[in-house]
Parts: sequence; C-alpha cells; structure tokens
Amino acid sequence: MTVRLNPKRPSRSRTGIAVAAAALAALTIACGAEMYEVPVETPIPAKLDVSAFQRVLVAGFVTGGTEDVDTNQETVRLLRSQLRNKSELRVIDADPMALNEVAQEQNKAATVDTSAPGEGPTVRTASTGEGNAATLLPQKIKDEKDLEPYDRLFANTAYWKRIGEEYQNPLIVTGSVLFVPRTSSGLVTREQEVYDGLGRRRVVPTRVYMERKGFMLRPKFIFIDGRTGATISSLSRREEALYNAQNETPALSTYFELMDRIVPDFLGTLSTQKIKGTRVLLK
Amino acid sequence: MRLIKTLLVIGASVLAAVPAWADARSSAREQVEFGINVAQRGLWREAIYRWEKAVEIDPMYAAAYNDLGIGYEHEGQLDKARKAYEKALAIEPNNAQIRQNYDLFKEINDRSAQPKTP
Repeated sequence: MTVRLNPKRPSRSRTGIAVAAAALAALTIACGAEMYEVPVETPIPAKLDVSAFQRVLVAGFVTGGTEDVDTNQETVRLLRSQLRNKSELRVIDADPMALNEVAQEQNKAATVDTSAPGEGPTVRTASTGEGNAATLLPQKIKDEKDLEPYDRLFANTAYWKRIGEEYQNPLIVTGSVLFVPRTSSGLVTREQEVYDGLGRRRVVPTRVYMERKGFMLRPKFIFIDGRTGATISSLSRREEALYNAQNETPALSTYFELMDRIVPDFLGTLSTQKIKGTRVLLK
Repeated sequence: MRLIKTLLVIGASVLAAVPAWADARSSAREQVEFGINVAQRGLWREAIYRWEKAVEIDPMYAAAYNDLGIGYEHEGQLDKARKAYEKALAIEPNNAQIRQNYDLFKEINDRSAQPKTP
C-alpha cells in the first residue's frame, strides 16, 4: 500500500526541503558532481499491532455538528473503502450503527433506584457496568463539550464484547466525529498579480480583510478488541478548512477534503504504509 | 639535521600511505558505483550489500554511507538508515546533499515514531 505524505497538512517545511533539494541537485549536476536521484518508498510499520485480527468492523460513530452531511454514514463508507483498498484486513459489511441512539438508549436504561424511601432518586447505569453515574446526554451535539458524555459508550466493554461476538471477534473501529460550521474574519495573506511600468508580471503577497466560512472536522477513532470489548487505542485529529465567504463550498466536499488529510494517519495506525519520495545517491 | 631526518621519515610514511588509501577508495568506489547501478534497477538488497562492502573497505567514504542510508531507508530498516546517514554527516558535515537526504529521512522517521494516542 502506498500513500502520499499527507498532502494537505502543513507541509511548508517539506516543501521547503523539496525545493532546496531540487535547487541543490540542479546546482550539483551543473557543477559536474556524480549524483543520481532515485525514487524511494519508505515502509512505515503500522502503529498498532493488529496481527491478532483478520477482520475489521467499522461499526459507526457518534456524530455531531451540521446536519448537511450524514457524517456517520459517510465516515463509515469512506473508512471501509480505504481499508478495503489499503489494508490486509477483511472489511465486514454491515449497516452503520446509529451510535447516538445506542448511547441514548443505554443512558435511559440506567435504572432509577427508588428503593430507599425518603431519599432522592439515585441514578445508576445498568448496562455499562462501569459504575458511572448516568447523566443526561444532550440530544443534539453541537460542540466537543456535548460529545464528552457520549464517551461512556466506548468504555462499555460488555456492549462491545457483545458486538464482537455477533461478528466473530473482529477488530472494531468506532469513535466520534464532530463536523461543525466555522466562520472567521480578519486579515489574510493572498498573492496578487502586479504589473510594473514595463509590463512585467510579478506576484506579491498582500494582506486583505476577508470574511471566511467553512468547517471544522474533529474525528476520534477508537479501536476496540472485539474479543474482549476493551479499547486498544485511539486516534484524535482536528482539521479546519475556511473559504472566502462569497464562495458556496458544499459541506460534503469540505468533509472529504478534511478527511483526505486525516485518512493517512488512520491507515497508518492499522497497516504498513509506503511513503514515496526521492533521495540522491552519491559516488 | 635530526629535524630534517624526522621530516623525511614523516614524508616517506605519508607517501607510502597515499597509494594504499587511494587503492581503498578506488576499490570502494567500484562497489558504490555497482550499488548505484543495481539500485537504479530496483535491486536494493544487492545495492545494500555493495555499499556495506564499500564502507568496510573505506570507512571514511561519506558517499557510501549516504547511499547505504538510502538503501536501508528503502528497505524499512530505519534505525540502520539513521546510523548510516549520521556517519556520513560525521565524515562530511558540510555536505549539503547528504544533509538533504537526512532531513527528508528524519521527517518520515519522526512521523512514524509519533507516540500512540492512549
């Protein structure tokens, strides 16, 4: 499997190195030195040892933010497709689980202990077995704070073990995805074409005031051992894309743009990645 | 008189050592060239073998260590790659080309070494 090194992430340093490398290569060749540029593919081992699993279930995600995109459906679909193409694990096809509802139901199932008369009702979680006091889960998830109480769902080992048994003990991928609109205004640097008196074109950076809007994507992937229901590892990322407010950029296209930056890290957790580059051999 | 004698002895020793060093470098260079040739055809293991021989013959051959670093990197032997690049830079600290290769390698290596999120 081969991926590009996260193409949209801040890569100023990498671009700088690449430009400097190209300039240096040209200079050295011009000077007659003996050097040979060769393509290399550096294999990077997976961050997580998943050798115990042959199958993976991308179960579903607790989602929040905009309703313009079905974030659960799209995330499940995208990750399954990436895993099918770029990992050794067999991907289980199943309907994405509606985990917002599952979390709500588990919360409702928390029993109200009224057995002690005269005392106020005590709320306990019945299904998690974790001993966490049940608190109200926000019906609508608007920000990261709203998401926090939903984390209990991922600590519910009994529940995930049951899901694991249902699918013959795969590696389970779940978590939460927050995809929220963002607006920002202020000075931004843009490149502007300038022509001098002789008609020569130059591009100069100029600072302009701009109103921008876009989205912030904050996925948290949780990897669960389907045999035990326990969390093995998790991966959190946060990406943002802002555009000129006059441009109507569809939410779904922004979602894919942001996921494109995140997917290499996700895949790098589960499978060996090959990173393409060039190096210079010397005599 | 004694000083002249000493200088003559030193001069003779240097003159005797130069051909030996030149021989080693020439022999190592042959290995390096062969390694480059096969690496360009995708035979990286053979290339690594040649470059390992080159640094064995001439342990001060920075270019051979650089090439070895690239070979190890391509094979995913990242620890060995780092050591080879560092050796190359220790011999030729001002070689900008080796520095570039090393910086590109480090960027990938540091990325892969990022700790897992608990």
